Amino acid sequence: MKSTQELENICSQIRRDIVRMVHANNSGHPGGSLGCTEFLSVLYFNHLKHDISFNMDGINEDLFFLSNGHISPVLYSVLARSGYFNIKELSTFRKLNSRLQGHPTTHEKLEGIRIASGSLGQGLSVAIGAALTKKLNKDKQLVYSLHGDGELQEGQIWEAIMYAAGNKVDNIIATIDYNKKQIDGSLNDVLPMGDLKAKLQAFDWQVIEVLQGNNLQSIINALSKAKEMTGNEIPIAILLHTEMGNGVDFMMGTHKWHGSAPNDEQLLEALSQNTETLGDY
Amino acid sequence: MERKDTRSGFGAGLTELGKKNKDVVALCADLTGSLKMNDFKNNHPQRFFQIGIAEANMIGIAAGMTIGGKIPFTGTFANFSTSRVYDQIRQSIAYSNKNVKICASHAGLTLGEDGATHQVLEDIGMMKMLPHMTVINTCDYNQTKAATIAIADHIGPVYLRFGRPAVPNFTSENQNFNIGEAVYLSNGTDVTIIATGHLVWEALEASKILSKSNIKAEVINIHTIKPLDKQAIIKSASKTGCVVTAEEHMLNGGLGDSVSQVLSREFPTPLEMVGVNDTFGESGTPRQLMEKYGLTAKDIVKATKKVLLRKNSK
Repeated sequence: MKSTQELENICSQIRRDIVRMVHANNSGHPGGSLGCTEFLSVLYFNHLKHDISFNMDGINEDLFFLSNGHISPVLYSVLARSGYFNIKELSTFRKLNSRLQGHPTTHEKLEGIRIASGSLGQGLSVAIGAALTKKLNKDKQLVYSLHGDGELQEGQIWEAIMYAAGNKVDNIIATIDYNKKQIDGSLNDVLPMGDLKAKLQAFDWQVIEVLQGNNLQSIINALSKAKEMTGNEIPIAILLHTEMGNGVDFMMGTHKWHGSAPNDEQLLEALSQNTETLGDY
Repeated sequence: MERKDTRSGFGAGLTELGKKNKDVVALCADLTGSLKMNDFKNNHPQRFFQIGIAEANMIGIAAGMTIGGKIPFTGTFANFSTSRVYDQIRQSIAYSNKNVKICASHAGLTLGEDGATHQVLEDIGMMKMLPHMTVINTCDYNQTKAATIAIADHIGPVYLRFGRPAVPNFTSENQNFNIGEAVYLSNGTDVTIIATGHLVWEALEASKILSKSNIKAEVINIHTIKPLDKQAIIKSASKTGCVVTAEEHMLNGGLGDSVSQVLSREFPTPLEMVGVNDTFGESGTPRQLMEKYGLTAKDIVKATKKVLLRKNSK
């Protein structure tokens, strides 16, 4: 278990990794990656029961599925910093012959990745499938997933939401990165989604709303609470209010850094705001 | 000749698997009766998953269930097994290389009266284009049952295509089903007829008609369209010197298209193709549709005469 100070140091390093990875090939998705840095750090460094000597089946381990695959930089950094693979490999992100594809894939056999994602809306179904197999295997560990809020515009997500409630899939915790922004603008400008909490509740899910989704202690508390709520025949969602671009001041408060990379000057500015704590890759 | 539907062969195969392989699980999108999955459902309720009318979710759940060692068999109509969920299959199953068996009934025109919305004729093409995917189209009840059992032991994604109507059950009851291996049904020297699915029986009927004109046809049953048994095709073509393909599928993207690639690259041979030519189907009885869209023994005979003219004019 890491202290919040240790977690803050980890987050600072992960933010450096993210902006450097995206800058290095002038492509990728920094905004959502930065917004979920605290969540994924708490999940991997303080919460999940997982084994870095990775095997695909993950028997008796907690499993995590990233449904919004475009925030791959944060996942790759968290996996490398957890010890799944060498941090030096982060320098190959989005380059030819790399295991670190623009969107996560399994066919390059990257440790820590169990499904390809990138085409949105598919990860909740996959997580439910893995959760059903855990039940068949009498495996008590849990399945976690992360989704973009805009991703919930995909119809398949609601098929999955309906299925999980109707079939009492209660060993799953699905988190929604609720930053209220998507690539073309704010959710309200692109496709207003109304009251997401009420919608999820109307579909018979339990919802934990985290108003400070970039606050480490709030995330720790929410994940502990969610875990306690499993096993009650009701699936669980965490509605995590986050700030896209969190930790890099000029990337916050706008959707413009959803899918664009910083230039040289902007990189230096971003790095100056985040201390090198664990050593750059 | 006893007539049975191929989908019942799938159901019987699944029943066998239920007994002998505890990792096999079955998922269905509200068509349990049509897919003949009731026996598996009743005997193994813990391992049967009714997904509802939500095929995309079914494909994703199946992909997820492989993580932890299950072997999911999904069942719905061929159209809803492929075109409706192509991106889900592409990303979560094929690209992710998951051990899912996509089992598709009511393929082609012979589902009959439901009409073109349900008569998928593009599925073989869509599925064979996906890397990692094995594509199988069986010809009768016995072969479908054998294939269903065989694919459980094959590690990797499989598309298994079968149909609705009762058709002659002419292959042997306890056959070995070897994925990727062509089956020779008759020896001939004049023409090679390569058929898949329901058209294999029509090819055999065609060979009988041709024998009356003293034309000896070599009939090959290709149940596995991908990986294709290239050696068998080249070997037979080198003996007979001309080839006819026959399938209940669009000419674009089907078996004929695969065979023509092999021949044109490796052993150029006159080729004629029997299949549906760039058109949607319509309502009708299976037989009426086969006749209207040119998928009968008579059409195979016609194509054979045409290809023989080309062979002999060389």
